[in-house]
Order: sequence, then structure tokens, then C-alpha cells
Amino acid sequence: MSAEATRAQERPVTAELAKEFGLSAEEYQNALDILGRTPTFTEMGIISVMWSEHCSYKSSKVWLKTLPTTGPQVICGPGENAGVVDIGDGDAVIFKMESHNHPSYIEPYQGAATGVGGILRDVFTMGARPIANMNALRFGSPDHPKTRHLVSGVVAGIGGYGNCVGVPTVGGETNFHPAYNGNILVNAMTVGVAKTDRIFYSAAAGIGNPVVYVGSKTGRDGIHGATMASAEFTEDSEEKRPTVQVGDPFTEKLLIEACLELMETDAIVAIQDMGAAGLTSSSVEMAGKGGLGIELTLDSLPMREEAMTPYEIMLSESQERMLIILKPGREEVAKAIFDKWELDFAVIGHLTDTGNLVIKMYGETWCDMPIAPVSNAAPEYNRPWEPTPKASDVDDSVFDGYSESLGDTLTKLFGCPDLASKRWIWEQYDSLVGGDTRFMSGQADAAVVRVPGQTKAVAITTDCTPRYCLADPVEGGRQAVAEAWRNLSAVGALPLAITDNMNFGNPEKPRIMGQFVGAVQGIGEACKALDFPVVSGNVSLYNETNGEAILPTPAIGGVGIMPDAMIAAGIAFRNEGDVILAVGETKGHIGQSIFLREILGREEGAPPPVDLAVERRNGDFVRGLIHEGLVVSSHDAADGGLIVTIAEMALAGGIGAYLTGFDGQHVRTLFGEDQGRYVLAVRPDAVAAVQEKAKAAGVPVSVLGETRGTALSGRGGDIVSLKRLREANEGWLPAYMSAEL
Amino acid sequence: MKAAIVVFPGSNRERDAVAALEAVSGTKPHLVWHRDTELPKVDLIVVPGGFSYGDYLRSGAMAAHSPIMREVKARADQGVRVLGVCNGFQIITEAGLLPGALMRNGDLKFVCRVQHLRVENTDSPFTKKYAKGQIVRFPVAHGDGNYWTDAETVKRLDGEGQVAFRYVGDDARTDPRGNPNGSVSDIAGIFNAKRTVLGLMPHPEDAVEALHGNTDGKPMFEGLVEALS
Repeated sequence: MSAEATRAQERPVTAELAKEFGLSAEEYQNALDILGRTPTFTEMGIISVMWSEHCSYKSSKVWLKTLPTTGPQVICGPGENAGVVDIGDGDAVIFKMESHNHPSYIEPYQGAATGVGGILRDVFTMGARPIANMNALRFGSPDHPKTRHLVSGVVAGIGGYGNCVGVPTVGGETNFHPAYNGNILVNAMTVGVAKTDRIFYSAAAGIGNPVVYVGSKTGRDGIHGATMASAEFTEDSEEKRPTVQVGDPFTEKLLIEACLELMETDAIVAIQDMGAAGLTSSSVEMAGKGGLGIELTLDSLPMREEAMTPYEIMLSESQERMLIILKPGREEVAKAIFDKWELDFAVIGHLTDTGNLVIKMYGETWCDMPIAPVSNAAPEYNRPWEPTPKASDVDDSVFDGYSESLGDTLTKLFGCPDLASKRWIWEQYDSLVGGDTRFMSGQADAAVVRVPGQTKAVAITTDCTPRYCLADPVEGGRQAVAEAWRNLSAVGALPLAITDNMNFGNPEKPRIMGQFVGAVQGIGEACKALDFPVVSGNVSLYNETNGEAILPTPAIGGVGIMPDAMIAAGIAFRNEGDVILAVGETKGHIGQSIFLREILGREEGAPPPVDLAVERRNGDFVRGLIHEGLVVSSHDAADGGLIVTIAEMALAGGIGAYLTGFDGQHVRTLFGEDQGRYVLAVRPDAVAAVQEKAKAAGVPVSVLGETRGTALSGRGGDIVSLKRLREANEGWLPAYMSAEL
Repeated sequence: MKAAIVVFPGSNRERDAVAALEAVSGTKPHLVWHRDTELPKVDLIVVPGGFSYGDYLRSGAMAAHSPIMREVKARADQGVRVLGVCNGFQIITEAGLLPGALMRNGDLKFVCRVQHLRVENTDSPFTKKYAKGQIVRFPVAHGDGNYWTDAETVKRLDGEGQVAFRYVGDDARTDPRGNPNGSVSDIAGIFNAKRTVLGLMPHPEDAVEALHGNTDGKPMFEGLVEALS
């Protein structure tokens, strides 16, 4: 390869090419104005990915700025690779959730696998050893011809990557809805722990300091992946398969160990992974944050393929690569560590005082442009938006003609795709490696993972109820945060902070932009009221195919802390004769409920409102009871209402419930999805103490029954056996996945 | 008891093994890097779980040819106890310390769950603290745990007391399922002829403290400490 051969592959830079690269006419003109000349082909590629929606957050930034991001616990909020939160004793928890939606639809195994790989790198880049992975998945209708293939590939991809790197995948959520038929959502979250005085940031410093490339070699995979993720899908999206990267979890595992080993030395000035837009975004962001220039000479960069051009190298999204700024003279120390782990290591450039990004290769300069003006000129739009019209609540006429037995209704609900057991999925994930997992999927409202070598534990949850968000984005945003906060409280953890993964349709449509604006407003209100700030996040827009958008899905990843993993409460009933209590007020809100959709066949009404003050009061109360050792089992009352919550606790423990608290009540009481509620099982001798504390705290608590037998039963006899519920609950997904296509 | 844990690129359960051994024996085991050619003088060698070399060829096949494995084999021949767990079972089997082979799980899917096992032979330092026929629960977490050997060898293994653990179903309330991977004759773990080497797919090191939900793995490490101290 030579300069001449490179030039032969380049295309003339015109408005046409800029459009092909995803830039609008105004954006292209802006680039011409900043440079005062026509960009080179390489520069055009670099500018287009820097200004893509995916990298620039151009549609969302103006709204994201309104979110609360600070608090006494926050060490580092949004803007770095991941958020950092203090958990005491000189320890920090570092976490983020990120989407890999577009690639996962096109190539589910590699799309999901590299999603996990990318989010792991965001976390260990900052000096944290990853201790847990989570994921939030949304698939299309089970009847859609692609759904089975996508579920199978995504789950295998997440497992294939996470299992190999040896980070336990401890929980998540999975929904099915026809709105995701053309755009599935794969949101992956990693949580790591580090020492507060050993956290690594990305801002470059020190003119002349060496710029080092480590990890896998660079190939031609993923070129313009960030551009793909910034546009709607059409019929020909399948042709974008070459823009999906391929993951190598073995190399990632070595990279984790090598980077953490290097971080124990004093060699590092700054470090960042090469994620979306690869070497472009890592070099530009690192130099930009440090207010410096950077000069790279790409000839010595480890390459997997022959005859690569500077354009291809700068835009490649090959996986498992990091960029490090070293202190001068520390190259040998660093190289020895990467040699030990058999990873590529190359000094590819140095920092300069010019403020320019300079790319050299084959003896010529292919890019020489100022970083700050280009970064700062990344577009920022205040796109037109329409508020979502309020839905009116459903009245009692929806129950006309409903006469099914409670046992039959429960059996149907437990076998419906959203409530059916996801065991088929989570058993493909190694949830135990590390030996610190206290609770994983299905055992508690939040995963609980002990901090390695200590007694304290981190609790983790992912939450969002997209059907609520569609009906009312503001209320849905509030609910997603409140539910995350509630799930952490339900295990006994003190909620600390969240990461938000905003998945929406095309922001150029005012209706969709309105959903985004509403959700951000709701999230912000809830974060403020619950002292639960946003410390990291990711936005995925253009989740539309042929004009059909997904449900607005602001997925919330919440993290909390507890002093001792062993005080955590799980959902399973553990003893016969425990008293079952409802905490919180039940009004019977049936709009947008699972019952309404699955049993009455109607997706309508307003979602249940969240009273954030009540939420906080009830959650603090439940957490307090758990810390005092008064709670045997604890579960938040969410999808399906109180009766479904109790049945889930019964199934998890294999112990039934004798219910007296519902006598004479309307079905709304059983299935309503009012917020801020929990179901607890407590020993009989603890009931009086709990009721006394409830009275003092002003929290409504009522007795629903007691744990007993092998069925849900009441004064009228058995309602439904656990065996029947279990068959419905455990049967659906394996049967669906093994059915003929 | 002095123990060494062999670490390959891609091993990922060495920390679990360290924690279990340290908790029971009170001594930190040595970690030996795969490129080392010498082992310290130890009473027990553990080959831990993970994905050595990514398992990109055949699980355990690359690691079995690593320089350190020649040393492990030599020590095993001298009677040093060797415990191979999960990927470690695959590696020591590929290295010829145990008969048979481990193939992809029958349903081609990775499986992680708590699994019921029956202790088949207690005449070894690994299993002496269990009762014959005792049902224990260890987690499994593997994609290639489908043990295979021919019918004649299964018969011989049974006859010589070389089957250590079998997968069993259980009438326990929460998870009654048996064989998770299609292994021949439900074999979960086997000894060599002298019962100085044990390979098994399940993870006793992830069932040693209350946090794990059960401590059925602890007697294995207690037995080793008792026999080798």
C-alpha cells in the first residue's frame, strides 16, 4: 500500500458524499466554514462520525442537560466513560448502561456480544474490575417470524461474551411487543468496583507524551457503525451487516487483566476504550478534553488486514482496543505487561500543543484539522416537539363480561410472554462466577453482588415499563426511575444513582421528540425527589423501521449499596405460617395494566401515577424493616398487581399462600398496578412490631394472608395450585423457543 | 496443605478457587502462570474453570499442550492430588490424566444452574467427608460438559469406583431436573484409577459459604485439607 494507492480509493469530497455519510447540507457547509477549505476524504469521514447522532447527542443534549447529575455520593457524573459513585471505605462503584440495538437486529449474536464487550470496556477503562453484568432486552411479537431467531442469537451472544470474560450476568428484564418487530432493543449494563484514589479518566495531558494503542488488531469491521446507528432502518438494512463488529471475548478478558495490572503502576496519564467511531472518537475526545493536539502515525498501528487506508483505520470499530496516554519513559513498563498477556502494543503518536488532529501514514498527512472547533461545532438541535396527549382512565365498563375464575386468569397471566419465566434466558448466563453473587435473576427484585473481599454488597436493577411510557412519557419516565429505586429498596439496599439508556424513534418527528422530552422530564423529577442522580447514560434514537417507531423505552439501570450481602431480602417465601403484608395504598389502578392487556385484550388508559413523596416514605420504611431483620421475604408489587406479586413469591419458594385480605374486593384490588407498594412476608411474632412502625411512619400496611401449603387458596378453597402456575410460567419460553419456525 | 492453582490466559474461576481453598485451609494457594515450567512443591494442584485460550479450538485442547501441563502430569504421576473443575476437567482430560472426552452440551446451550449430584465413591481425599449416595448441590456453568466415553469404559469406571459424582434429579421443590448436558450415564465427575486425580464439571468452589445458598462443596476442601496436611 502506498499514498498513491490510498488516493486511488478515495472519493471526491462533495455535498453528495457528505449526505451519504449522514450529514445535512447545513452541517456540511459548517464543516467547510470551520476548515476554510474542502475537507480531505479522511477528514470528511472523521467529521461525519463526530457529528453523528450517536456520537454527538445532537438531538438529545439540550434535554439531557436538565437531568440532576450531582449529589454527595457522586464522584463523577456523565461525560466520562462511565459514572462513578462513592460506596464508602475508599471504594467506588463504576457503572453504565449502553444500547447495541441496530447491530443486534442485523446480526443478533455479534451485535449483542459486542454490546457487552463495549460496556465492559467503558467500566474497566476507569480502573474498575467489573463485578456484574445486566441486560434489558425488548423483542417484537412472539408471532413475528424473526423474533425467535433474534431471541436465540441475542441471548447466545450475551452469554458467549459475558461467560467467557468471567463477569457474572446477574439479571435484567425481557419484554415482547409488536412495536419492536423491526427494531429490537439490546441494552447492556456493567457494574465494577475500584478504589476512589485509583480512578482513571480520559483527559489527555503532557505535551509530547506517547499515545499508545493496545488490544486487538484493527480491521475493516464496523466502519460507519455509528452512522448506521443514527438512521432509521429500511427494507435494505440487512445490507448493513458488514457494519456490525465481531467480538473476541478471550482478548477482552486478557485486556481487562492487562489494563488492571498496568493501572497498578503509575504509568498512565489517561485511558479510553475505542468504542463507537473507534480511534476517531478516542483520540479526539482525549486530546479535546485536555485542550491539546494529537499526532498519530498509523503505519505502526497493529492491523488485521492488508492495505488499509487512514480513513478505514480512523473509522474502524474493531473491538477490544484501548488508547492510552503514558507518562514519558514508561513505555517499557507498559509493554512488558501487554507482552505477558500476549496483546498488541504500539506507540502510534504523541500529544502536541497545536490543538490539531494530525494523521500521518505512508509518508503523507491525511488529516490536519483543529479539534476544538470541530468538536464544539458538533450540531446541537432543539428539535420541535409535541407533548403526548393525556389518556383518560378506564372505567369499570371494561370488566363487563369478565367472568373467568381467578385460577384461570392467574394461569394465563403467568404464561403470558411478559410475565412468563425467563429461566430459558438466564440459565444461559454464568451468574455465579466470582463467587460473590448473593441474588441473581428470579431470586430478588434486584441482583445483589458482594464487593469482592468485603462484606458489603452492591444491588443492581434495570427497569422500564414501555407501555406506561407510550401512554404518558412523563409518568412513564417517573415510574421507570421509581421502580428502580423501589427494587433496590425491596432487597434492603440504599439506592445511590442511575444510568439511563434512552431508546426512542426518529427525533425529527415532533411526536417522537415529544416522547423523549416527556420521559426526560419525568426521569428528572423522580431523580430529584428520590436523591437518585443520573451519573451515566446513552441515547439510541432512530429506532424505527419503515416509519414505525418502537415504544418509548427509557431503560433505567439503578445501583444501591448495603452494608452486608447477607441481610438482603429475596422474593421467595421461606417458611410456612409467615404473615403476608401489603405495604402502600391500593386504589386499583387498572389502566395500562398487564391484566387489562392480557385478559381483557385492551392496551388503553393512563398509566398508574407515581407519588414520589409516598414512594420515598414507603421505600425507606421497607428498607428499614429489612435492616432491622424483621422481613423474611420482600417483593415490589409491579406488573400484574398484588395477587401476581404474591404468586411469584410463592412460586420462588415453593410455598403457597392462604389469602384472606382480598375477600369481597373488586378485581381492581387484585390486579391494579398502583405504585409505591411492596408485599412482605414476616414471622408472626414480628407483625405487631411492623404494624407499630408503620403507624409511626404513616405507611399503610394491611394483612393479606399467610404462607401455607402448595396452592394459592382462600376461605373458598384452592384458587390455583403452584404446580399449575409453575407449568404455565416455566413452560412458555422453552416451548416457544423449541417450536418449529 | 499447600496448593497451587494453574492459571491460563482465559481462566476465570481461579479467584473462586483461591477463596474456597483459603477459607478452608487458612493458607493462600500459589497462583502459577501457564508459561511457568516449574511448580512449587505442593500437595494439591487445581486446574480452575474458565475459557482457556478462549476455547476457540476445542475446550481445553490448547491448554493441555501448555508447558505447565507437562509438569502437572509429572506431579500427578508422583501422586500429587490434582483437581480439575469445569474447564480444568476438560484440560486434564485432554491432557490424558483422565479417560473420555467432553463435548458440547446435548442441547447446544450454555447452562448455569444449581444442580443435584449423587456422591458415588467416598474412598478418596476429595470425597471422604461425604456419605456414599449423599445428594449434594453444586452449581454448574458450562457449554461443553457432555462427558462421553464408550460403554465398556463406563462399566470399568463403575467397577473400579472411578465415578465420583452423578447428576440426579431431585424431588426438591424448586428444581427437580437431572443431567444438564447429556453426559453418558449421568457422569458429572470421575477419578483416575488411583483416585488421586478428580475432574468434574460442577463447581464445588462456588458452594462453600452461606452467601452461595449452600455449603455442599465445603466438605471436598475439608477432606483434602484433612488428608494432605
